[in-house]
Amino acid sequence: MHALPPLVLAVPLLSAALLAALNAVLPRALTDAASVACALAVTAMCALLTLKTGGLTVYWFGGFHPRAGVAVGISFAVDSIGAGMATLSAFMVSAALVYSVRYFEEIGSLYGALMLVFLAAMVGFCLTGDLFNLFVFFELMSVAAYALTAYKIEEAGPLQGAINFAITNSVGSFAMLSGIALMYGRTGALNMAQVGAALSGHRVDGLVTVALLLIMGGLLVKAAIVPLHFWLADAHAVAPVPVCVLFSGVMVELALYGLARVYWTIFSGPMSAHAAGLRATLVVLGAATAIVGATMCLAQRHLKRLLAFSTISHTGTFLLGLGLLTPAGLAASARYVPEHALLKGALFMAAGILLHRFGTVDEHDLRGRGRERTGRRARRRRRTRGGHPNGRAHARDPGLRVAALVFAAGGLGLAALPPLGSFYGKATLEDALSHTVGYGWVAAIVVASSAMTAGAILRATGRIFVGWGPRLPRHLELLRVTSEVPETRRPHDRTPAVMFVPPLLLAGAGVFLGVFTHATDGIGAAAARLTDRAGYAAHVLSQALSRANGAPRAPHESVVALDYVLAATTVVGALAISALALMKRPAWLGLPRIERRATAAIVVLRRVHSGCVNDYVAWLVAGLAAIGGALALS
Amino acid sequence: MSFLPYGVAAWLFMIGLYGLASSENLIGMVICLAVLQSSTYVLLLAIGYRSHASAPIFADIPPGSRAVDPVVQALTLTDVVVEATVVALLLALAVQAHKRFGTLDPARLNPLRG
Repeated sequence: MHALPPLVLAVPLLSAALLAALNAVLPRALTDAASVACALAVTAMCALLTLKTGGLTVYWFGGFHPRAGVAVGISFAVDSIGAGMATLSAFMVSAALVYSVRYFEEIGSLYGALMLVFLAAMVGFCLTGDLFNLFVFFELMSVAAYALTAYKIEEAGPLQGAINFAITNSVGSFAMLSGIALMYGRTGALNMAQVGAALSGHRVDGLVTVALLLIMGGLLVKAAIVPLHFWLADAHAVAPVPVCVLFSGVMVELALYGLARVYWTIFSGPMSAHAAGLRATLVVLGAATAIVGATMCLAQRHLKRLLAFSTISHTGTFLLGLGLLTPAGLAASARYVPEHALLKGALFMAAGILLHRFGTVDEHDLRGRGRERTGRRARRRRRTRGGHPNGRAHARDPGLRVAALVFAAGGLGLAALPPLGSFYGKATLEDALSHTVGYGWVAAIVVASSAMTAGAILRATGRIFVGWGPRLPRHLELLRVTSEVPETRRPHDRTPAVMFVPPLLLAGAGVFLGVFTHATDGIGAAAARLTDRAGYAAHVLSQALSRANGAPRAPHESVVALDYVLAATTVVGALAISALALMKRPAWLGLPRIERRATAAIVVLRRVHSGCVNDYVAWLVAGLAAIGGALALS
Repeated sequence: MSFLPYGVAAWLFMIGLYGLASSENLIGMVICLAVLQSSTYVLLLAIGYRSHASAPIFADIPPGSRAVDPVVQALTLTDVVVEATVVALLLALAVQAHKRFGTLDPARLNPLRG
């Protein structure tokens, strides 16, 4: 137990080094198996850490324990939420690695090594108790992610996506490092508990505000919060599908975890007098992200980009829970994140199955092609074509059925169909919002944005797998995106089992996870501990196990009748949106006119997403300036 | 203690951002990113600086004598390694972009719009 915290970092890093060194000699099958086995081992160790770490497990590297409240050494401080995020990351990496076995036709074993480095960085980021190491793991995670995005470096799209991703995120990282340097200059410490202890009891001043802005800015760029979100859709549209699974499912959410960790261990003391202003800022950012992401999601026809904007919308929703700055809000986001990660990972993998089979992920090009032709006509056609190679294209393929099932389950699950999918996460979030004075109205934004993103997924499901919907109206043809990259060399006739079993497992887990986690109050208690700054500092700096005020109590979380009404509204809204998008537009209610106006507005919004990295940096500066202004005013 | 190094750090950060937002050449953007990052070196070293102090190597100076902070120097070294990685990766991408598109202007790359 005591040796676990360093092992979860050392195992993937050393395996990655070995895989890279033995790249030339090992056969592909062996490297694939080794990387999957390593990721599974890390998953098991992280799960053990999550279950066994009651309050906080502190590990000092090299045995440099703190003396008299001064920490010279570097520590891992493992709590349940951090270890839980690490487990989720390792699990998603395992699933993505299994999926990759047959997904790429030619990959060097460097791919496995890069994925393991990425995993090690994410795990380290979750567990570290040191501010500078937080930056180092953040940067390691980023660099591995840039390289994975540009894995198909000969293609046009991945190059541009990776450049946009790398430049915007590097600016964010350096802002974060400057903030950390300022905190070191103020407190002379890098251990988060010690920095927090040094700042507690002081009033907030200009330096602390600037440091908070810089650190928060770096994390919000990574979390793709509007207007710092532009890189995400570009990177997702072009990154290989298994990599998208990790970006959407865990990497983006980890940035929000980092924000929670940094805020509650360091800034919550001096900022306590100004918490109302910070709360308003974060909630406005989250609401804007949820709405912009959902609107852009509806406007997409490129499936990976559609799912990417859905992720942006959802991170906005998670920021709403976190931004309430209450244990209940944090607990709600902590419930919501894994439910979303599993479903979104499964959806990306299902989109990958379509890409593998048909060589495209364009919703309109795929119209009706996902249908499993098992009817009498199809059987007859198959018989008449006999052994002709073209006939096999319509042979039974369990992969397509899985893709259809995953898309339907993902759409309904993200619409929070009670009691499945993201229902409990969304319900507890709405509950936390309605119990915070002045923020009840935000629940309406959660409902609207979830209905829109789920509606977009259901629309794609109906169009691709059933063939519903009219052919594309000409005035929408300008919405075509040209960023499509064939990731597999040619369309295939069948889907290999390693490609449809992982999405099936992820979707199944995502649909039922909430039912199980709802039965325990572990998440609420863990969230309460994460927000307990004094308890954290005492535990890390003086190993004080028993505290005067006792263990913090889990926040009251309840799912009431109103939450079922809101969930039903979301599901009905999602179905209505997808039906409206798929049916022939009737002339009543002036719908065509409204649609034309909406299209014009969306075209403006899409022009803003220009794909040019200069614009993204300009937006980044403007966004940071606006957040800084809001912080200064509060 | 002078405020000059902090001013220099802030100036480097701003000028780097300005360059990133306005540059029409990918190589130029990578250089601007390096300029932006060098602001963090200046900031870190300025935070650890003590006037009339020697380097923190206690082999040939008596223990207890005044020395600058060794921690920030370690941080700066790590930072340099990070910069080398990021810049090398971005330059590799820029070379590929030039091969693929025949241009280094980020606005003229194959557009990932909307």
